[in-house]
Amino acid sequence: MSEQTSDTVTYDAVVPGTELPVVSYPVTRLSLVKYCGASGDFNVIHWNERIARSVGLPDVIAHGMFTMAEAGRFVTDWAGPGAVVTQFGVRFSAMVVVPDDDIGASIEVSGQIEEKLDGNRVAIALTARSGDTKVLTRARAVVRLP
Amino acid sequence: MAINREYAGRAFPASEPYEVSRVKIAEFASAIGDPNPVFRDRAAAQAAGHPDVIAPPTFAIVISMAAAGVAMAEPGLGLNYAMVVHGEQRFEYSRPLVAGDIVTAQPTITEIRDAGRNVMLTTSTEIKTLDGEHVCTAISTLVERAA
Repeated sequence: MSEQTSDTVTYDAVVPGTELPVVSYPVTRLSLVKYCGASGDFNVIHWNERIARSVGLPDVIAHGMFTMAEAGRFVTDWAGPGAVVTQFGVRFSAMVVVPDDDIGASIEVSGQIEEKLDGNRVAIALTARSGDTKVLTRARAVVRLP
Repeated sequence: MAINREYAGRAFPASEPYEVSRVKIAEFASAIGDPNPVFRDRAAAQAAGHPDVIAPPTFAIVISMAAAGVAMAEPGLGLNYAMVVHGEQRFEYSRPLVAGDIVTAQPTITEIRDAGRNVMLTTSTEIKTLDGEHVCTAISTLVERAA
């Protein structure tokens, strides 16, 4: 969200333990179709409900990488335009099920400053939920602030 | 058909050169709903200290997955793609991918192991410029769910 964007995060001002407030990112069937095209990942479980169900899934599910991208967006919005991400890792712990309606699903991302590292780098622990379910675990990014 | 464990440790040839374009970065940023100007506006990116438009931190998957996909599609590997979900993903960047970069991606299957009834397959893909400068290593773990 634009209100979270900041040009002013500086390494010196970062305090370990600080909570980064939750931001909600929507995901609809259209999001997944666009993501299929942009990423080149056309796995049918991300756009075809018939085949998704036939392989035992509850419905079409979001690409794990779509969820990770929203967590990345959370990080880059917080860190500001001059920052660069040097490490970013996640475990996909649950599926984001995307129903065929006008609302879709949402992914709620929040974070906490984990530690300050050398070279102006900051480690951020991330949490991502969809509904009541944690969809990412061990999610962590390291950013180098300008 | 079971996954062929003999593929663990196998390195695959580097991909053909991939040119990172401003248009593709902007398309990717739009697909993830991210309006950040450093992903689409050269002047904004340069004002923030980057040489050109930079790619979002997960953009490297576009390059690494295309390269690793060649390995995953090997008939001898026996992976059933409809049963595959993404288990883990990690990126280690030396610097951001920047519009104008021409890179290759070289995948290696680093591990194939059982996890209950599922099989986990990990690939590590090195993305480098044509001059050999390391930009990113993308480490992906795919899970083939039991039928």
